[in-house]
Order: sequence, then structure tokens, then C-alpha cells
Amino acid sequence: MHPAYSVILFTTSSGAGYGLLFWLSIAHAFGLAPDDRWLLFTAIALALLLITVGLLASTLHLGHPERATGAFSQWRSSWLSREGVAAVATYVPAGLLALLWLIGVDSGLTALLALLSGIGAAVTVYCTGMIYASLRTIRQWHQPSVPYIYLALAAGTGALLLGLLIGLFGHAAAWPVLLALACLVVGALLKWRYWQSIDADPGQYTAEMATGLGAIGKVKPLDPPHTRPNFVMREMGYRVARKHAEKLRKGVLLTLFAAPAVLVLLALFTGWSALLFTLAIIAAALGVATERWLFFAEAEHVSMLYYGAERA
Amino acid sequence: MTTLPETTKKKLGLVIDLDICVGCQACATSCKEWNTGGYSAPLSDHDAYGADPSGAWLNRIHSYEVGEGPLAKTVHFPRSCLHCEEPDCVTVCPTGASYKREEDGIVLVNPDTCIGCKLCSWACPYGAREYDYDDGVMKKCTLCVDRIYNETIPEEDRVPACVRACPTGARAFGDLGDPESDVSKSVEARGGFNLLDEFGYKPVNKYLPPRINQVADAPVAQPMTTEKSDGSKIENLFAWVDRALSA
Repeated sequence: MHPAYSVILFTTSSGAGYGLLFWLSIAHAFGLAPDDRWLLFTAIALALLLITVGLLASTLHLGHPERATGAFSQWRSSWLSREGVAAVATYVPAGLLALLWLIGVDSGLTALLALLSGIGAAVTVYCTGMIYASLRTIRQWHQPSVPYIYLALAAGTGALLLGLLIGLFGHAAAWPVLLALACLVVGALLKWRYWQSIDADPGQYTAEMATGLGAIGKVKPLDPPHTRPNFVMREMGYRVARKHAEKLRKGVLLTLFAAPAVLVLLALFTGWSALLFTLAIIAAALGVATERWLFFAEAEHVSMLYYGAERA
Repeated sequence: MTTLPETTKKKLGLVIDLDICVGCQACATSCKEWNTGGYSAPLSDHDAYGADPSGAWLNRIHSYEVGEGPLAKTVHFPRSCLHCEEPDCVTVCPTGASYKREEDGIVLVNPDTCIGCKLCSWACPYGAREYDYDDGVMKKCTLCVDRIYNETIPEEDRVPACVRACPTGARAFGDLGDPESDVSKSVEARGGFNLLDEFGYKPVNKYLPPRINQVADAPVAQPMTTEKSDGSKIENLFAWVDRALSA
């Protein structure tokens, strides 16, 4: 599948933003977050900025971005529509929370708003994952673990951001480090099992099923319907970087999981929280962008059976 | 609405006879000609006469080599939207632009509300939807919805453009929900089948199988030989020269 750069930016940036919003909200709701109004406001502002940048980027791949509001209407059947509804709904409690923290109103309302923001963030990322996981045409996406990988990676990158901000505001504590570590370990395990699972499945559909000609024998393309690639081949037949998948997977394991885990552990023992979390975030950003690219590049679409693929 | 109708009053669709199709591309060009000015207009092309031509087409004709040895055959294979009964291309649409008509089962894209997110094309296992980069919306076979009910054109033209154009009669149009229709009868008689039936979208369009070649036992042509002469002296001389040189 062709990786739309705007979609990679959207899912990684908004993912980190929703992850940050989620942990910030949960920490506040359960009284774990430092009682520092400016830390809380900075964190929620950064979360909303990352989310908004991502959402705006996601409209760039649309043919008609000006009609995007129509996408809120079909939440009964469409995960993309549900994602849009959840994203907009999350702005309401999160925006109010940001406002209350900005003007410094110490209201009992903030815990409730935080809880709603956390739920909204998790639901939105789950919907993003389900957009892919619901497509039966792409076996590398139609995996039960896909929405949970989206959730784990959003939680991991968000936890790193929260850890950095807490360090920057001089409240360095052990729990953000342990939180980030837990998310990274869960993310790495899920992703590892995901790769094992897609490697073990050669695909259940064949060119003979696609053409219905299996009774005669093996089906091979003879004359193509067009001399140059069409939309379907460019979009669904994209395979750049697939041959480097092994190397890129190792790169993801190193930059998205191993390096940040080691760096935040060092932060726990050295106290250089801000510097080490910054390095961890740089590594994880590179890693999550590579992971998302690979998620597209490794995805094989059933329609390619008509264009020479033997299985999909 | 992108929720699917539970049933449709008709199941309009095509029956494509793979035994007759000669791969002439007349249906594809006729489709392009009609639809670039019809419901799906325009069907934009890029670099149409250059080195890297591409464009939105609603009908693509593949040619496959099927089988091995004397039973192998070339099968020309038209591929377009199958107007499935339960397709995800409709349900994934976030705006309701992609929909299946309750009255006749035709799957259409509303070009005025499509946002061009391309998700429907990802959901189609048949590669039947093509995005129009100039128009910014998804294009697909409309079953020539602007011909089949069109009372301003002669009655014989009220069929999809591909069906009207086919010079061999390999394409037929009708109601596959009516067991008494000509198309249903031909599907019944010839063992018509669904493409990728295993996938479960329940295509309405049906394909009729090509006949199996019956030449497995036919005598195989022998290469002409010059090794034996007809007995004349001059032929014997050449045969001897041939043997001597071959040794």
C-alpha cells in the first residue's frame, strides 16, 4: 500500500498527542500529576497542538478537504467517520480543561473533564487502528492486534512526552519513567508478535480464485490492461522499501523501543531527566515514523492478484 | 447512507462470457467515451499521448495465460465493479457518498459529497475503483445509470455502453435477481460464477467460464525431415552429404 505522508504524520503526531492527553488526564484524575498549573497547561496545550497538526495534515490527502465535515455523518458503519466524531468530541472536555488550567480556576470539575479527555483520546486512537484492521482486503492490516499496537505506540510516545515535560518543570519522578517503560515493552511485544503473525501467513487468496479460472490451471498475466501503472497499481501495488523490511524492522526495534527504554532508565538513575527524555523522544519519533511507513509498505492488497501477485 | 440496503428490488448487473471475449478493448474504450461525458464525468487522463500515460478508467481488460501444455489457453478478462450485494466499499465511506441503490442494487459514488479519502478503493478486493486526481473524487462503474433509464435515447441503446459496444456479444446486461431473466438463465445454463467468491462480498456480476480445450489427445504435428531420400540418385547423394556433414 502506498504510504500517504500526510497519514503517517497524522497517525504519529496525533497518536503522540492523544497518548500525552491520555496519561496527563489519567494522572490528574487520579491525583498523580504534580500540582503545577503551568506544567498541566503546557502539557495539554502540547497535546492539543500535536493532535491538531495531525488532524490538519490528515485532510491534506483528501481530494476535497473543504467537504471534510461530511465525514462526521456515517458513524454507524464507518470507522473513519467514528474516528472523526471521536476526535472532535475529545476537543470539548480537553479544551475546557486547558482553559480551566490556563485561567487557574481550581474547580472539582477538572478531574471529571480529565477523565472524559482520557476516554476520548483512547477511543479516537482505537478508531484509527480499526480503520486499518477492518479492511479484509489487506491481510497485514486485518489483524486483531492492529488497534492495540496503535494504542500502545500512542501511549508510549505520549508517556515519553509527559516524562520530558515533568522533568523540564523540575518535578522529575519515577512513575513517568516506569509508565514509559511499560508502554514501550508492551508495544515491542505486540509489534514483535504482529510481525511473526504476518510472516507466518502467506495469504489465503490466489490469482486462480480472483479470476475463477483455477479449474483450467495456473493463471499468469499475458497482456496487461494498460501499459503504465494506473491508480490501483500505484496505490495498492506499492512495494518500495518492502525488500528492506528486515533491516527496517530492526531499526524500529532499536529506535522506537530499545533506545528510548535505555535512555529513560538512565534518567531514573542519573537525574538528567530533561536531556535523556529529549534524546528518547527523538529516537522514538524516528522509530514510530519508520514503523508507520513499514506498516504501509509491507501491506499487500488482494486486488494485486489481477496484476500478477500469486497470493494475497 | 453508507449502511447497505437489506434487499434490493432488482439486482442489475453484467454477465461476461469469458469463452467469447476476444480482448478487443472495445468495451473499455466505449465505457471511457460515454462516462467521461456522463454521470462520472470527467474521467481525467494524464500524459495521455506521452511516455507515462495514466487516467481513470472504469473497465480494464486483462489477458491471462491459463493452464499448461496443450490445454493452456489465453483468456481475455474484463474487470469492472461487480455491484456486490455486501461490499465494504460502501460501509467504510465516512460521508455517505458511496452507496448502494435500494431500487436496483447499483453501487454509485455521489461526486458532490465524496471527499476523495480513497478508503473505498482500499476496501475493494477487485481493484474496481479508480481515483480521479483532477476531479478529486473516486470513480467507478455506474452500470451506465444515465443510459439504462434514459428515455431520450433509442431503446436499443438503453444498456451499458460496454454491452452496446461488444462486437462478439460477450457482455450481457439484466436483472440477476430475477431467475426468469435472460442473464439469469445463461448463468444457470453455463455455470456462471462469482469472482473471489471466498471473499464474501456476493458480487452481482457473473462470469461464464471458457470451455476447456479438448485437444489433449490430438496428434502432435511432426517436424519435416530431410534425412530420408526418395530413392533418386541425386537425392541419395545429398542424403549422403547430409549424413557425412552431420557426423
